[in-house]
Amino acid sequence: MSYPFRRVEGVNSLIHARGLVKRFGDFTAVDGIDVDVQAGEAFGFLGPNGAGKSSTMRMIGCVSPPTGGVLRILGMDPRRDGPRIRARLGVCPQLDNLDPELTVLENLTTYARFFGIPRKVARARAAELLDFVQLGERAGSKVEPLSGGMKRRLTIARALVNEPDLVLLDEPTTGLDPQARHLVWERLFRLKQQGVTLVLTTHYMDEAEQLCDRLVVMDGGRIVAEGSPRALIDTHSTREVVELRFATDDQGTYAGKLEGIGERIEVLPDRVLLYVSDGDGALAEVHRRSLSPAGSLVRRSSLEDVFLHLTGRTLVD
Amino acid sequence: MTPSAYVLEYHLVNYRRTWRSSVLSSLVLPLLTMLGFGIGVGAYVTGGVGGYSYLEWMVPGLIATTAMQTAIGESTWPVLSSFEWVKVYFAQAAAPLRIGDILGGHLAFMLFRVLLSIAAFLLVAFAFGTLRSAWAVAVPLIALLVGAAVAAPVAAYTASVTSDSYLAILIRFAVLPMSLFSGVFFPIESLPVVLRWVAYVLPLWHGVDLTRAATLGLDPGPGAVWQVLYLVFWCAAGWSLAYWRYQRRLVI
Repeated sequence: MSYPFRRVEGVNSLIHARGLVKRFGDFTAVDGIDVDVQAGEAFGFLGPNGAGKSSTMRMIGCVSPPTGGVLRILGMDPRRDGPRIRARLGVCPQLDNLDPELTVLENLTTYARFFGIPRKVARARAAELLDFVQLGERAGSKVEPLSGGMKRRLTIARALVNEPDLVLLDEPTTGLDPQARHLVWERLFRLKQQGVTLVLTTHYMDEAEQLCDRLVVMDGGRIVAEGSPRALIDTHSTREVVELRFATDDQGTYAGKLEGIGERIEVLPDRVLLYVSDGDGALAEVHRRSLSPAGSLVRRSSLEDVFLHLTGRTLVD
Repeated sequence: MTPSAYVLEYHLVNYRRTWRSSVLSSLVLPLLTMLGFGIGVGAYVTGGVGGYSYLEWMVPGLIATTAMQTAIGESTWPVLSSFEWVKVYFAQAAAPLRIGDILGGHLAFMLFRVLLSIAAFLLVAFAFGTLRSAWAVAVPLIALLVGAAVAAPVAAYTASVTSDSYLAILIRFAVLPMSLFSGVFFPIESLPVVLRWVAYVLPLWHGVDLTRAATLGLDPGPGAVWQVLYLVFWCAAGWSLAYWRYQRRLVI
């Protein structure tokens, strides 16, 4: 599939938000965030459930009016130009809302009609997109019997049916098995290479690391950090991490004994993390102090560590 | 084409799968009721009603009831499913469609279904020779009016609930009494005054009365204008309510 990379004229940021707020009654889901997404970028919102990612995505998708702040999508105001903006967005929602009674192909062609795309064009484009998401052979089958991964790929194909300037993916691989996830990632990576602007939310750090050029870490409706995955790790974490599991109910009792090894210690319910520049050296020091963990692991820092450092909590519970 | 026409088109594509069985049941239902009620029950009502045989008198009532029932069938479970189970409304709301397009397109499809079932009934009624006047050609229009007057407020109701047990309540406490006390099977003049007012307030009786005037060629008198206006009021109020409820549910 050759995806037409279009320049969006006269607009610096495809998404421009300043002090963006979303409240539901007393609850503040999004608490004044600033975001700019440029054309051709793969941008991510990383955060745990309830961080405000999906609320932000719905505001960007122009189906949820902001409670406060400034929001411009493709240079337009969602409050006023909702349909015009949505005509140029591709949306892959968190929960598939495909029509199970229609065929795979019909799901794309009927959806294309909502954008006023002529039937003939819709059919040609749908066939092309089904090949792209590797569902070409299932064009005539019903949606119901498809696997979760296939449905998600079909939803992604549906999001591309209007050749959008901006593709929004809300938790694109949540609930998929590892193999299906990789297939989705691979397709999204292709889109990214073709210059499609992707905006995605995720609570998987590996997904963010693989797909995002730049991301913001969200927690409690606020942005707590921003940058490329590499830069975030460099800024907020050490080069390596030593994970130690002690044979005790309270890992915290070992915190004192580990004092001074590395830059920082995090005690989790099931393990202790040592943030260090040299993992093997640190592990040797642990053993020199005659602390014998039941299990140990030296690894590189990840976005998970960034999140833990910034919020004191893990991403996936 | 307007965006709501695209929504209608989607519902029609969806209907293409089931239209055969649906058209068949649209034909079988009037046939059975005609035989059971008209000929079976009619045999006991030997005097007829107002100078017409019981079958002739009852058929227009059944036609209006069919319009009402089809409208309710289409504005309950399918609407709830579009919000709760299949969630197509949310997919549509993410496209460049407005609330009015989503609601208007779906209502248009509901009215299309009303027309189909009415057409089937008219055909059967014609075959049984119970259409006494050429005014019967106005029946589809009346049926559309009844259909919209019922479908719009019921869609508003459905858009306000999250479980289909509320739909069962609607059927039991609104649809069933309305079918019984709207002059379909017996003239509302035989009802006590209180129940007669129930018939006046609900939309169905007006549809029954107008349809009856059309198929029997009765002079509906100036009251018919008020009846039409009253049904239009139900349509308009229903549309406003449904628009409001759809917006509350889709734009959050």
